[in-house]
Amino acid sequence: MEPVVKVENLSKKFGEFIATNAISFEVNKGEIFGFLGANGAGKTTAMRMLSGLLTPSSGQAFVAGFDVATQAELVKKNIGYMSQKFSLYEDLTIQENIEFYGGIYGLSRQEIKDRSKGIVDKFQLASVKNKLVKTIPLGWKQKLAFALALIHKPKVVFLDEPTGGVDPITRRQFWDLIYEAANDGVTIFITTHYMDEAEYCDRVSIMVDGLIKALGTPSELKKSFDVDSMDAVFQLLARGTANK
Amino acid sequence: MRNIFILVRKEFLQIFRNRQLLPFMTVLPVIQVILLTFAANYEIKNLRLGIWDLDQSTSAQQLIHKFTGAKFFQEKALISNQKKADELLMKDEVDLVLVIPKDFEKAIHSSNNPAIQFQINALNNAKAGIVQNYASAITQDFLNEKRGNSTLLASPKIIPITNYWYNPTLNYKTIMLPGIVAEVMTLIIILICALNVVREREIGTIEQLNVTPLKKHEFILGKLIPFWVIGHFIFWAGIALGKIFFNIPMVGSLGLLELFLAIFLFVPLGIGLFISTAVETQQQALFTSFFFIILFILMCGLFTPVETMPDWAQYINQLNPLKYFVEVNRLILLKGSGLKEIYPFIAKMIIYGIGINLLAIWRFKKTN
Ligand SMILES: Nc1ncnc2c1ncn2[C@@H]1O[C@H](COP(=O)(O)OP(=O)(O)OP(=O)(O)O)[C@@H](O)[C@H]1O
Ligand SMILES: [Mg+2]
Repeated sequence: MEPVVKVENLSKKFGEFIATNAISFEVNKGEIFGFLGANGAGKTTAMRMLSGLLTPSSGQAFVAGFDVATQAELVKKNIGYMSQKFSLYEDLTIQENIEFYGGIYGLSRQEIKDRSKGIVDKFQLASVKNKLVKTIPLGWKQKLAFALALIHKPKVVFLDEPTGGVDPITRRQFWDLIYEAANDGVTIFITTHYMDEAEYCDRVSIMVDGLIKALGTPSELKKSFDVDSMDAVFQLLARGTANK
Repeated sequence: MRNIFILVRKEFLQIFRNRQLLPFMTVLPVIQVILLTFAANYEIKNLRLGIWDLDQSTSAQQLIHKFTGAKFFQEKALISNQKKADELLMKDEVDLVLVIPKDFEKAIHSSNNPAIQFQINALNNAKAGIVQNYASAITQDFLNEKRGNSTLLASPKIIPITNYWYNPTLNYKTIMLPGIVAEVMTLIIILICALNVVREREIGTIEQLNVTPLKKHEFILGKLIPFWVIGHFIFWAGIALGKIFFNIPMVGSLGLLELFLAIFLFVPLGIGLFISTAVETQQQALFTSFFFIILFILMCGLFTPVETMPDWAQYINQLNPLKYFVEVNRLILLKGSGLKEIYPFIAKMIIYGIGINLLAIWRFKKTN
């Protein structure tokens, strides 16, 4: 099966500084791919290249079969993206945000109607759908942003630290949504700083200073580093004390 | 097209919900127009008039009457030679010496233009300009009356008003107001356009839109169109207020003024957009916008005459959109100029608008 995300020696330089250094990996359909790394490791930079927001300095990447450097417009049609400061319009209502993003993705009036009903039902938002987004709790905003990233039924969705700043229960609920989407065949590409979340991924990669230092399923990684948690794997790698 | 419609709709939803922006766009202009119009009151009364009457005719007397009858001039001295006139002007004892030529009455009844001379005390530049305008207006009025009544001439010749506008009530407010409306509108448009785009970048929604298939030009049009509409609203509301409360003159075609406005607006919009691409934060956008706005206002000709600026300043001033608008306002509203006179201004605005917007779009594509 052709991978949904295919990255070959992808690099990004800002001046002399190499934020992403010749990384390579593949992600398959319906997979939940965890993209880990310490602050400043280059995760967001890599993700922005894969979403067509940044042009790579060198190397190649294909997302949903399209080259991110030359076919960014086609890539954009096939991906969802939830940025680190996930971006809903706070001064629009939930309903208006849904209609707006649905419209921008070119959905028909009927599709927007159906999907907004779907989102409202699923998250039990009926009572608050006409409230301004700024008045709803952070956890709801995150779920709404996720739902909007999926509104046009993309093949891949990029989630950049989607669960920052909320309690473990809310995070757990968010992961239920992720599983559900993955079950529907959506490929999930997610960065996180929570190592418990890393355990939920099908496969993870760990980036250090722009390089991918480890790649595999959580159990493979734990086994090869001979530790019993992803947290320990991460500590070893990110602190540079691992000798593998 | 649909995308632009969706963006415009979204923008209006946000604008009407914005508790800071809405008063800024509605109440502020009204207050500013009224305050500035009163503050910038150049109306000057009791100007001191020196009279040098070489004709000593009935018509000359009538003209002098017309000057002193309007409460703006006060007879101060009767003069009989140039030396005296110079002395009074130099000592700042008169503001205007009205010289009525020898064959004044004859000239009126013939088709010749009488060579009336104004010798103006130019100690205060702005005041001198007003004196000149008042004096010309009164004389023109006098001549029109005279010739209109005249039975001597079969078809009274209409003398074209060339250099000076005519403000029948001689009320300076009415001249200032349209310019101030244009100035306030330009200020608001530059500011909200710059702030709005920077704000979307700060909160990250631009990035969110950048991962959608939305095109950059659609995004930009989605921004420009709402503010273009708002610019119209502010301008015409201001002009309507001026008409209602100050009865500002509207000699020329409002349709023509609208045509100019519709094109003009792309200039402040482009400037706002350009500023938004050059700064990082809303605060920087605010300060940068104000820097330009203050320059534009000071040099637009509303508060100091453009003609008296040094050459280099006039050169720079070619880039001042307000200068053009103030001039067009005067030409259309006060003088009644038509498309032929306004056309060069429209052409300049089209070039300026295209230029600044292309620059802004180019920068925008690089930075966002
Ligand atoms: N536009 C840019 N110009 C210059 N340097 C940049 C730019 N964007 C990112 N960087 C640098 O590249 C490095 C990687 O940044 P990136 O945002 O990709 O890290 P990250 O792994 O997402 O970190 P975090 O976990 O904090 O989000 C950082 O050192 C950052 O300062
Ligand atoms: Mg990041």
